[in-house]
Amino acid sequence: MENTSCFHCGDDCSNHIIKLQDKSFCCNGCKTVFEIFNENDLTFYYDLHNSPGAIPKEIEEKYDFLSQENIIEKLTEFRSDTIEITTLYIPHIHCSSCIWILENLNKLNPHISDSQVNFGKKTVRVSYNSVKTNLKSVVLLLSSIGYEPYISLDDFKSDKKQINRTLIYKLGVAGFGFGNIMFLSFPEYFEVNEFWLDQYKPVFRWLMFALSLPVVFYSAQDYFISGYKGLKAKILNIDVPIALGISVLFIRSTIEIALDLGSGFFDSLAGLIFFLLIGKFFQQKTYDFLSFERDYKSYFPIAVTKINPEGYEETIQVYDIEKGNRILIRNEELIPMDGILINGKAKIDYSFVTGESQTVTKVSGDKLFAGGKQTTGVIEMEALKSVEQSYLTQLWSNDVFNKNKEDGFTTITNTISKHFTIAILSIAVIATTFWLFKDASKAINVFTAVLIIACPCAIALSAPFTFGNVLRIFGKLKFYIKNASVIEQLAQIDTIIFDKTGTITSNKNSNAEYDGDLLSASESLVLKNSLRGSNHPLSRTLYKVLDAHNIVTLDTFEEHIGQGIEARHDDVNLKIGSANFVGNPEEISVLNTAVHVSSNSVYKGKFTFYNSYRKGVSKLFNQLKKQFDLVILSGDNEGERENLKKLLPAKTKLIFNQKPEDKLEFIKYHQSEGAKILMIGDGLNDAGALAQSNVGIAVSEDVNIFSPACDAILDASKFKHLYQYIKASKSAIKIIHWSFVLSFFYNIIGLYFAVTGQLEPVVAAILMPLSSISIVVFTTIATTLLGRKLK
Amino acid sequence: MSVIYILLTVSVIIGVAFFIVFLVAVKSGQYDDGYTPSVRMLFEDELVKPKTKQSTNTKTD
Repeated sequence: MENTSCFHCGDDCSNHIIKLQDKSFCCNGCKTVFEIFNENDLTFYYDLHNSPGAIPKEIEEKYDFLSQENIIEKLTEFRSDTIEITTLYIPHIHCSSCIWILENLNKLNPHISDSQVNFGKKTVRVSYNSVKTNLKSVVLLLSSIGYEPYISLDDFKSDKKQINRTLIYKLGVAGFGFGNIMFLSFPEYFEVNEFWLDQYKPVFRWLMFALSLPVVFYSAQDYFISGYKGLKAKILNIDVPIALGISVLFIRSTIEIALDLGSGFFDSLAGLIFFLLIGKFFQQKTYDFLSFERDYKSYFPIAVTKINPEGYEETIQVYDIEKGNRILIRNEELIPMDGILINGKAKIDYSFVTGESQTVTKVSGDKLFAGGKQTTGVIEMEALKSVEQSYLTQLWSNDVFNKNKEDGFTTITNTISKHFTIAILSIAVIATTFWLFKDASKAINVFTAVLIIACPCAIALSAPFTFGNVLRIFGKLKFYIKNASVIEQLAQIDTIIFDKTGTITSNKNSNAEYDGDLLSASESLVLKNSLRGSNHPLSRTLYKVLDAHNIVTLDTFEEHIGQGIEARHDDVNLKIGSANFVGNPEEISVLNTAVHVSSNSVYKGKFTFYNSYRKGVSKLFNQLKKQFDLVILSGDNEGERENLKKLLPAKTKLIFNQKPEDKLEFIKYHQSEGAKILMIGDGLNDAGALAQSNVGIAVSEDVNIFSPACDAILDASKFKHLYQYIKASKSAIKIIHWSFVLSFFYNIIGLYFAVTGQLEPVVAAILMPLSSISIVVFTTIATTLLGRKLK
Repeated sequence: MSVIYILLTVSVIIGVAFFIVFLVAVKSGQYDDGYTPSVRMLFEDELVKPKTKQSTNTKTD
C-alpha cells in the first residue's frame, strides 16, 4: 500500500486512515480541524500550503487559570470595559497558511475583532470583545485548530519589552544628512572660482553645516559616549579614534567655512557616520523567534491547580505555592516544584531537564523533581519546596547568570585599535612638528588632516560586515548565533565539552540489542503485535526497532501497569516486561534499561536499550580531536561508558554522574587554568555550564520550542557539521585580518596626502567612501565564498 | 531674490518632508516586522475564492 500523508498535518497515516471528502487524515484531531475550517469557509488554508496544520492536543482544563483576573491583567497589553488585546506566542507558526488562518480568526469567533501575525516573532496579536468572549476561549479556539499558544511564567513579567528603534532613527538621520550634504557640496568639487558659485558659496556651506548638526550630535553620539567610557577605563577602543576623527572633522570644517578658508569636509563627515551606522545595523542580525536568554521561567506554567484541605480545586499562581500544598498535575502539564507523589500513575518526561526523552515511571510516595512533564492522566502531589527553592531552579541563583559574557572580552577590532590609535597620534605629532619648522601656517592643517584621513572607518567596518554576514550564513544553515562576539570567541576555543543525553545521543530513537535464545518466527510475530498494542514508551521504541511483521489479531492481550504485557496468539503465550514479571528473578541489576521476554513460561532473553548516537558523532569527534581537548560530561550513570569508548577517540575524557552544579564547577576550574571552553548541551541541567563556558551552544531538535539560555542554538540535524562551523569562524577572523591590511593600505595613501599638506575635501570625499565600500565588498565576497564551502 | 533660494528651499522642504514620513513610518512600527506584510498582501485575492470552492464542495457532498 502506498504511504498516504495526512491532508492536515502531513504526517504519515498509513496505519490508520480516516477518510473525509476524499481526503485522508491521520487522526481525529486533524479531521476535526479540517471540519472546523470547512464549515467556516476557511479551506483556503490548504490551498496556500500543503498540509500546513498541526495535530491539536487535548487540553481540557489546562487553561482554567486564564479566567483568573490577575493573570488576564498580566497577559493582556490593553484592557478596557469591552475590549482586550493580547499577544500570544505560537511556536507552530511556520508558513503563509498559518498567517492566513490566524488573521481570519474572526470567522471562527465573531467576537474577535482583529488578529495580526508577526511571522518573525511567531506571535499573534488578538483584539476581542471581553464581554462576549474571553481570553480563555480565545486560547482554547487557537488550541482547537492546532495553534496552541505557549504561555509560560516568562509572560508573567509586569514590564513589557520596548522595541528599540534608536538605531533605525540614527541611520535615517545620518542618511538624510549625508544625501543632502552630498548634493550641496557637489558644485564646489569641480568648479572653482566660478562667478555664480562664489556668490552663493556661504548659503551652500551653512546649509551643509546645519544638516551636519543632527548627524554629529544625534547619529554619532554613541561613538562619543563609548569613546569617553573607553578612555575612562583606560582602554583605547575603536570608538576613540572614530570619535576623535569625527570631532576634528566637524571642528575643522566649521572653522574653515566660518573664516572662508575652504568648503569643509561635511560630506565626508556625514558619509563616514552613515557607513559606520550601516555596519552596526548590519551586524545587528537578530532571530526574533529565538530567545537566547531563557531560564526555567520560559518553561514553567503560570498557574497550577491546588487542592484545598476541604477538597475543592482552586487555580493558584505557581509563586504562591507553599510547602505542604497539594497540587494537581494534569496530562501534559509541567511539575513546577519538588514534591512527593501522592496519588495517580506518574509517567514523567524529564526531557526539558536532562534531554532524556524516555519517560520515568513513579509510584505513590516517590519524589518528583521540578521540570518534569506528566504524560498520562492526572496525578496529585504534595509540594516539598517552593518553586524558587527546588533542586533545578536553585541553579539560577548562581552568579554566572548575572554575568555578562561580553565584559572582559577584548574584540579583535579593539585589539588592533590600541596600536592603531597610538600610531596615528605619533604620525600626527611628527608630521606637525616637521611642518612647524618648515611652514608653520600649514602645521595645524596637517595635524587635523592626519586625524581626519586616518579615521578608522574601514577598520571599524570590517568586523561588523564580516560577522554580520557569517551570522546570516550560519543562520541559513540552522546554526543560530546570539551576536557577533560569539563568532570571535568560537574561533579561540581549545576545549570542547559535550553533554551526553540529548546532545550526542538522539532523542528520537534508541537502539535495542537482543541477548538470549533466538525467538521463533511465531514468537517474534506475537512480540511485534503485542508491542503494537502497548503505549508504554519502551514498547513504542522496541516496536520501531523490530522488523516488520504481518498484523494479526491476538487472542488475549493484557497490560499489567508497571510490569509488562501478557499476550497469546495460537499456541504462543508471551510475557514481555520486567525481569520479575517474566519470571527471571536471578537477573542481576544492570545499569541499562532492559525488557525481558518469556514464551510459554520459558525465559527467552532480554532486549537491552542503548542510547542511539547521532549520525556522524564518531566522525565529528575524530575531526575535532586534532585541535581540541574533548570531554563528555554526563549526568547519567556509567552504563554507556564502554559503548562511548568504542565510539569516540581514545583521548576523550568521559565523566559521569555530574550534577548541574558539578558541570558548572568543572568548567570554571578548567577556565581558571586558561582553557577556552565550548560547552554543547541541551537540557535545563546544562544551563549553568552553558552560561559559565566561553561559548555555550544548545543543541535542539526543534529550535522553536526549547533551548536553555545560551550563546548559540544549533539545530540537531546539523550537529555533525559542528567542526565546519568552528573552522568557518576561524576563517572569518582571517578575513578580518586581511581587510585590516587592505584598510591600512588606504590609510597609507590618505596619510601621504595628509602629511604632505595637500588634503583637499574632494580627495577625502573620494578616498573615505572608497575605502569603506571596498572593505564592504571584500568582506562580503570573502564570507560568501566561505559560506559556499560550508554547504 | 534669486531663484536659487527658492529652489534650495523647495529641495530642503521636500527632503525634510520625506524624512518626516520616514520617522512616522518607523514610529508606527512598520519596520518591526519585515516579512508578514509581504505575505498578507497576497491574501486579498482570497476573498472571492472560498465562495466558489464551497459551492463545488456542496455539490460533491
